[in-house]
Amino acid sequence: MGRYVLRRLLQLIPVFFGTTILIYWLVWSVPGDPFAGKCGERACPDSYVQFMTDKYHLDDPLPVQYFHYMANLLTGDFGQTFGGRDIGEIIAAAYPNTLKLALVALTIEAVIGLTAGVLSGLRRNGFLDNLVLVSTLFLVAIPTFVTGFVLQFLLGVQWKIINPTVSSDAPISELIVPGFVLGSISMAYVARLTRTSIAENSRADYVRTAVAKGLPRRRVVGVHLLRNSLIPVITFLGTDLGSLMGGAIVTEGIFGINGIGREVYRAIVTKEGATVVGIVVVLVMVYLLMNLLVDLLYAALDPRIRYE
Amino acid sequence: MRGSKRASVVALTAAVALVVAGCGGGDDEDTGGDDKTATGAITIDGTQPEVGLVPANTTETGGGDILDFLWTGLVMYPAGGGDPKNALAESIETTDSQNYTIKIKKGTKFHDGTEVKSKNFVDAWNFAAYSPNGVQNGSFFSDIEGFADVHTEDPDGEGAQKAPQPKTDKMSGLAIVDDYTFTVKLAAPFSIFPTKLGYSAYYPMPDVFFTQGMEAFGKNPIGNGPVKFVSWTDNVEIKLTRFDDYTLEDKVKIKDVTVKLYQEDTAAYADLLAGNLDYMQQIPVSALAGDKWKSDLGDRAIEVDIPVMQLIAFPIYDPKFKNANLRKAISLAINRQEIAEKIFFNTRKPATSWARPGAPGGEGFTCTVCEYKPDEAKQLLQQAGGFTGELVLYYNADASHKEWMEAAANSIKSTLNINVRAEGVPTFAVFRQNINARKMTGPYRAGWQEDFPSAENWFGPLYVTGGSSNDGLYSNAEVDRLYKEGASAATEEAAYAKFAEAMKIVDQEVPSIPIVSVVQQSGTSNKVTGVKANNVGSIDLSTVSLA
Repeated sequence: MGRYVLRRLLQLIPVFFGTTILIYWLVWSVPGDPFAGKCGERACPDSYVQFMTDKYHLDDPLPVQYFHYMANLLTGDFGQTFGGRDIGEIIAAAYPNTLKLALVALTIEAVIGLTAGVLSGLRRNGFLDNLVLVSTLFLVAIPTFVTGFVLQFLLGVQWKIINPTVSSDAPISELIVPGFVLGSISMAYVARLTRTSIAENSRADYVRTAVAKGLPRRRVVGVHLLRNSLIPVITFLGTDLGSLMGGAIVTEGIFGINGIGREVYRAIVTKEGATVVGIVVVLVMVYLLMNLLVDLLYAALDPRIRYE
Repeated sequence: MRGSKRASVVALTAAVALVVAGCGGGDDEDTGGDDKTATGAITIDGTQPEVGLVPANTTETGGGDILDFLWTGLVMYPAGGGDPKNALAESIETTDSQNYTIKIKKGTKFHDGTEVKSKNFVDAWNFAAYSPNGVQNGSFFSDIEGFADVHTEDPDGEGAQKAPQPKTDKMSGLAIVDDYTFTVKLAAPFSIFPTKLGYSAYYPMPDVFFTQGMEAFGKNPIGNGPVKFVSWTDNVEIKLTRFDDYTLEDKVKIKDVTVKLYQEDTAAYADLLAGNLDYMQQIPVSALAGDKWKSDLGDRAIEVDIPVMQLIAFPIYDPKFKNANLRKAISLAINRQEIAEKIFFNTRKPATSWARPGAPGGEGFTCTVCEYKPDEAKQLLQQAGGFTGELVLYYNADASHKEWMEAAANSIKSTLNINVRAEGVPTFAVFRQNINARKMTGPYRAGWQEDFPSAENWFGPLYVTGGSSNDGLYSNAEVDRLYKEGASAATEEAAYAKFAEAMKIVDQEVPSIPIVSVVQQSGTSNKVTGVKANNVGSIDLSTVSLA
């Protein structure tokens, strides 16, 4: 087990270099001169463009730029935005908020999605099953920004139950509604996935055996059935944390959360390779670590899986 | 927004006020127990400044609005866009429109307590003009004698050669007479020069700026305006507080101002409706449709003209658009009234002048080709020999220009019976890059926000040969001559008369097409009273009182 984890962690290193090169190259190939639109409806003075080009080594060929960037990154220096702000500071300020938001969303989708899925899976074609079917269809059909605007307007402006926007330090209690919005579509998937999995496994031999043994229903469902049915759901939830963080940009915008979404968007538009790479690399790491965690959870859920 | 989560709006606003006041921290907090305004705090909306808060290096409104709060310039521009008035300047005198003597008021202070003296202006201007400092507003000083010695250009554009080191770092046209007097000699007479001096590039800089450098100063700016800087949390908020040693006219009555930095205007609007925001500069488009914002806000809705126009400019360097009759035909074929009504729900006014409504000196800038005259348009197109191929109008697709550009294209198409369509360029950066490189192959969207309230700003930069935003390379010797004569005229009136004469020629040659002038829709909370917008539409802090 220890060796397996170590091997997986070592694999992160080539992935790290691969993704940074790829992202750096992608941002670099975005068309447009970063300083062409900086001064509004007139061209920027030559002296300004020259100054910035020199300062950020933009005249150098791509490999040289990337080398500069990596050399700094390995000493812990994420570099600066064109506006002169430290990217490391931006990441330190914005990441915790996005992570909190994604975790809240994940928790909500896991709790509500699993409960709905288990209940509807056990009572197939019952009233509850149909209700879950219709409501999840409904959730999947509405884009996140619609859910966001509607909830913000109703809860924040109309009924004044919450603040329409989230405070700067983004406490968990204020993130519940944005978290629900962000997780709503995944929640529907979790419910559907759990329902199918439960429905399928409830006819499996080991469940029949457990029932025949005279085990209480609670134990049959809670341990035998649920544990085996969770594997596809855990896979989904694990990778979903990464997508929730990356996809939080819309939700962050609606609720005014100071997260990474706005910085990434701004940096892509202004061709700030260093900023995009810095933020996305951390995102990639989260994604990889979550995948590792999911793989380890498999072993815990299914005794037949062992890692050596 | 830093208060409790679930309290009622009233309690919440009170909490915000308390917390904000606490952060501002001052001894005089006890003095105004009965006067809510003197100790009061407001929250307004803004956007994250792109660069550090240095006037010479800021060209966008997110940072520009904050700078205008923090600084007072030599002259100020009254709300509504009238003639500029002296602010920090005691007097600005000239006899020949080329040599100016500027006297500044005595005893005004920077926020660090040092006095504003003439050297603070001269040093700041020299710093901005010196090309190795690489500031965005460097070219604003090109009128001043000796600019070429401190500001060198790259000889081969984007090529391998570097711009040579300037000869000196001081412009010969600037001289300090005494602590409160300095003189400016321009390279050529320019009668509108005093009007320009209220623009942020001309603000004085405290001594500490020159020792600290741009980067450190930009994070903790020290100005000379009615409010001073407290703190800036990236993407979250910028806090300002009243500067009690301020002696000029536009003192602020309230104590603290928090500028909340929003990513989406819809979030700010929700905060405005919920009472968490006291001033929102531009109501989002989604709330303008069907006048929803007016029913949402009632008497808290404010409408004000701002000095911005939307135009469509011609790439005159493209042989297709050399014929003035063709350009005129296209202009006359656009139904501006309909665009203003149907696309903008009357939140824009159809253009009738080459300058925005009410620009000082702009009376003679009438746009005769801004009317919708389908018959005349068809006739002119025939005279121009028709138009073959497809006419493509370009716009940048990262802002909401698609609808009106398409409407304009359709209007031209149905009037002139030629093949017209509008095409979006993905981002403003790519769009501007093509324009700067003179690579446009069709008329393109151009917006113009005046730098200072004067008809000159709607003429010189746009239609004079070599003008800083004459991107279409329009050039007419007669126009240039009249501009030069006007610029060197002894008085502004004489200058404007010449400019008007020149614009009559421009009006016949149609280097660009004015479409609409912009009206801004703002809103306030019910906590504040008397709020007015300033000349560019951001809040005039001196007008704010708490109800």
